[in-house]
Amino acid sequence: MKPAFSVIFLTTLIGAGQGLFLAYYSAEWLVMLNMLQPAGSDYTTLAASISFLLLVAGLLASFFHLGHPERAWRAAAMWRTSWLSREVIALPAAMATVFAYAVIRYFGLDLQVLTLGRIPVSLSTLVGFMAMLAIIALFVCTAMIYASLKFLRQWHSPLTVLNFFLMGMASGFTLATVLAVATSAGPFGYFSAMAVFLTLAALMSRLFSLSRNLNLRSPSTLQSAIGVHHPTIRQMAQGAMGGSFNTRAFMHTYGAGVVRLGRRFFLISGFVLPLLLLFFSEADSLLVCAAALLLQFLGLLAERWYFFIEAEHPQNVYYQMIS
Amino acid sequence: MTQLALVIDLNTCVGCHACVTSCKEWNTSGDAGPMVDRNPYGAEPTGTFFNRVQTFEVGEFPDTQTIHFPKSCLHCEDPPCVPVCPTGASYKRPEDGIVLVDYDKCIGCEYCSWACPYGAREIDEQQKVMKKCTLCVDRLYDESLPEAERKPVCVLSCPTSARIYGDIHDPESDASRAINAAGGYQLMPEWGTQPANHYLPRRKVSIAVHEEDLQRVDNPLRKEDRGQRAPTTRTTLDDSTSW
Repeated sequence: MKPAFSVIFLTTLIGAGQGLFLAYYSAEWLVMLNMLQPAGSDYTTLAASISFLLLVAGLLASFFHLGHPERAWRAAAMWRTSWLSREVIALPAAMATVFAYAVIRYFGLDLQVLTLGRIPVSLSTLVGFMAMLAIIALFVCTAMIYASLKFLRQWHSPLTVLNFFLMGMASGFTLATVLAVATSAGPFGYFSAMAVFLTLAALMSRLFSLSRNLNLRSPSTLQSAIGVHHPTIRQMAQGAMGGSFNTRAFMHTYGAGVVRLGRRFFLISGFVLPLLLLFFSEADSLLVCAAALLLQFLGLLAERWYFFIEAEHPQNVYYQMIS
Repeated sequence: MTQLALVIDLNTCVGCHACVTSCKEWNTSGDAGPMVDRNPYGAEPTGTFFNRVQTFEVGEFPDTQTIHFPKSCLHCEDPPCVPVCPTGASYKRPEDGIVLVDYDKCIGCEYCSWACPYGAREIDEQQKVMKKCTLCVDRLYDESLPEAERKPVCVLSCPTSARIYGDIHDPESDASRAINAAGGYQLMPEWGTQPANHYLPRRKVSIAVHEEDLQRVDNPLRKEDRGQRAPTTRTTLDDSTSW
């Protein structure tokens, strides 16, 4: 497939925003359950705001993918059948709940609404819980857009969902680590340890899907495509001399060398280097953590680019030679 | 339930592209507005087409066959492009099985084209909406047309009658009869999309020619000529004139 850059930015930006919110929200629960020391001043407003801005940035990027962005509201209609439609519902739901969470925290509207056992649950925790559900739903919807297309064998796997989740979470926790260092607030140890763990998990899962895709063959051949059962078929003309949508939208034009380089870059920059930097980072090493974040984000952009490159669309068998 | 479809006979298609040009002409002049036509007289013409003829060479020289292969939307009975559409712009008509796009609802996200294994959908680069073969739905029910012309324009324009139009769920239709008689098949059956359009395979054609077909046994000229035939060495009128 040809990489769709608006979609690459959409999925990576919202992934980081979703991961960031879950990082801070999970830390809040751990503090509530006395498993983590409360650290410093209130940092969650800042974190939730940045998470919200990342979701907004992703949404803006997605509009560039549309031919008619002014009709985008229609996309919520077919949620019963379309994962894209479900994403269109889950994304604003996540944005609204994360925004509400930030507002409640900023204006101190935090009333205690109920108690779970002996733990007091405040309004922000409740809204945050709804945000968490929306964010998890968003992870699933975003990934299922690709994983549900059974003709694109490289995408049609539960690994796609796992990869999207783990990469979003890894970049979110890395961002949380940077924020914790920059504001000197927040549980740096928890964030950096989780960032290392999630980056490692994402790397393993991605390597697993890379090896799965290595030997994947499409069941569609030129023989089944035109229904002629002869071992030797050669295309003489594809019906259009100046190319067509079919030759522009489903094939990438990068050489094998560029593709190989892209794969190496995303594995090293997206996973290996951030792992090392985060592993050796200290609570005051802002530069190291920021470098890890930057490298990881660039690496994940390249990963999403490669995600498109490696998917082979069956319609390409009809378009092998212009004339 | 009706399922309108095309049956395309690869045995008779000569690859003249009449279906391609008539399709473009009819659909670019219709209500939905023009279809993109970029650089039409230049070196690299490109644009939106609902139907194209591709050409394949099968076999190794000199034992080859040239197959002209018209390709358009197959109006699948289980169309994978329809459920993925987020707006409901893509739909399959329950009354006749035609898969259509509502150009006023389409947001141009291209997701349906990712979901179609045949590459049957094209984005219109000016209108920014997804377009595809409509099976000339604007002809099929138009009572201002003579009944014989209420057919897809590609079917009407085909000079070799390689395109048969009909309801493949009606076993008595021309389309069903052709599928049953000539072993009509579907494209990429491995995906389970059940395309409504079928293709008829290449068939070995042999005609038994008997001597009496070429030379009539009861040729009256033979009797009349008897004894009067001019010597073949003499120059005849046919040899000296040039009409």
